[in-house]
Amino acid sequence: MSKEIKFNEETLALVDKLMKRYPEGKHKSALIPVLHIAQAEFGGWLSSDTMDYVASLLKIKPIEVYEVASFYSMFNLKPVGKCLIEVCRTSSCWARGSEEVVKHLEKRLGIKEGETTKDGMFTIKTVECLGSCGGAPMLQVGASFHENLTTEKVDTLIEDYKTQGKQRSYTDLDYKNTL
Amino acid sequence: MGKKILLEHINVPGIKGLEVYRQNGGYSSVEKALKTMAPDAVVEEVKKSGLRGRGGAGFPTGMKWSFLAKPEGVERYLVVNADESEPGTFKDRYLMERIPHILIEGMITSSFALGAKTSFIYIRGEYFYVSRILEAAIEEAYAAGLLGKNILGSNFSHDIFVQVGAGAYICGEETALLESLEGKRGNPRIKPPFPAIAGLYSCPTVVNNVETIASVPYIVMNGGDEYAKIGIGRSTGTKLISASGHINKPGVYEIEMGVPVEEFIYSEEYCGGILNGKKLKAVVAGGSSVPILPADLILKTEKGEPRLMSYESLSDGGFATGTMLGSGGFMVYDESTSIVKNLYTFARFYHHESCGQCSPCREGTGWMEKILHRIVEGHGKVGDVDMLWDIQRKIEGNTICPLGDAAAWPVASAIRHFRKEFEEYINHPERIRDKMPVV
Repeated sequence: MSKEIKFNEETLALVDKLMKRYPEGKHKSALIPVLHIAQAEFGGWLSSDTMDYVASLLKIKPIEVYEVASFYSMFNLKPVGKCLIEVCRTSSCWARGSEEVVKHLEKRLGIKEGETTKDGMFTIKTVECLGSCGGAPMLQVGASFHENLTTEKVDTLIEDYKTQGKQRSYTDLDYKNTL
Repeated sequence: MGKKILLEHINVPGIKGLEVYRQNGGYSSVEKALKTMAPDAVVEEVKKSGLRGRGGAGFPTGMKWSFLAKPEGVERYLVVNADESEPGTFKDRYLMERIPHILIEGMITSSFALGAKTSFIYIRGEYFYVSRILEAAIEEAYAAGLLGKNILGSNFSHDIFVQVGAGAYICGEETALLESLEGKRGNPRIKPPFPAIAGLYSCPTVVNNVETIASVPYIVMNGGDEYAKIGIGRSTGTKLISASGHINKPGVYEIEMGVPVEEFIYSEEYCGGILNGKKLKAVVAGGSSVPILPADLILKTEKGEPRLMSYESLSDGGFATGTMLGSGGFMVYDESTSIVKNLYTFARFYHHESCGQCSPCREGTGWMEKILHRIVEGHGKVGDVDMLWDIQRKIEGNTICPLGDAAAWPVASAIRHFRKEFEEYINHPERIRDKMPVV
């Protein structure tokens, strides 16, 4: 059984603060920020229980949360690895070798794009333009951009994430200190 | 060296912080506007400057501002579009990351002009770390009395909030952005009503790109006429260009409008020439949505005149032989680049990013991706190129928002200028060489 879906007091206060920054009755605007927090807090993805919980906090219908969660690519509706590696695949990154980066990652981790390693540590995903074309090829892990990649750099990165036991990709966004 | 407005102080150590920013003249436009100008006078200067929207559409900013409805007792909003998702574009990130206060300053001054008590920065979710930089800058501004109640002792009060998106190119379209800011799916709205009449929470709203708003302080300090002297013709001022692809020096460059494209690509001041001494094959000059041009047409117009980095010169010749300045996402491809495979990455992008509201876009982008996929995999059929042409024509102009056009134009232009390459793929799949190594 997963642990109970409930924010702690501190996070609840943050959610409340977020809801109050919009005009009276427009607190649904807080939905996307709160979903980010929920994803970070509850395992890096949004289960239906998590989404229902968010709906109850914002006093909106669960369907209003599902339709938003399923629209935006940063919300994971299925579990992902602790370290979600998102490799940009659009034009400039492609032109400077992103396919080779993905191949190298696949070989190195023994999984295909879209899959998660058996130990639940890594997921490889290809994504659309991340606004880092000047640093192509690039990938993102959590909030961090890794640019001008080479296969050697990718190897170092994987080792770093393995040994330092970096946190789940969206928890290291640390929304609490920001919003 | 061309005139620098936005990046003039970019290399000053500590410019990210309020203190150094102010030491370099920062926030003087807030003082000037709030203490000595009427809101309409600020709008007037922006009109005179000829500043045009830097997000891609190039609509005159002053005119957009003057459309803002001002009914009594109704809130008005300024929303800054920091969703920057057009492939090839990364200038706003660069600006916000290095000199966040220029955006905050521009927002305060612009909000004063518009009479907005609250403004939002809608930033794409993937730029999360940049949102933290902005938050820190906003906090500094509050502490210095530049935000909050009675700014600098004036009657003007203002609050700024940063709203983080969650991954959706379509939210760069202003009405989709507003939907998203209201906590909904990013489906563009049918216009009219335009946001100037009914925008955020159905209130009058101006949505402007980061770079546009960051240009306002200079205009207020120096006057619209001075700004209009920079640049060329109706392309006034400077423009941030995101340069990427097969060039020696990828990065963000501030150019004075009117720099020749050839100089931009080959001079040491800018891109520094093509990587590894290879030949230039093609350029996408203004983000993925604008037509791709082969080397000869990007360097010179059909009439043989040098092509310049300006709205007018880049679009000279229409779509037959020209392109657009767009967002300034300047992607350069060398002779080894497969135009077909590159187009496939664009088609895949637009299919992924279509919101699905309009059938021509939802279905059309899917089919374009599918057909291009089979072509690049060596399974293309005779007639596929004509079919692609047919599909893009049926998308263009038939959708609520410009994403449909944006998906159609790259396909149309690639076929227009590189048809032979498509046919080669279909007729001789054994000759396909489109693997791009890490360079």
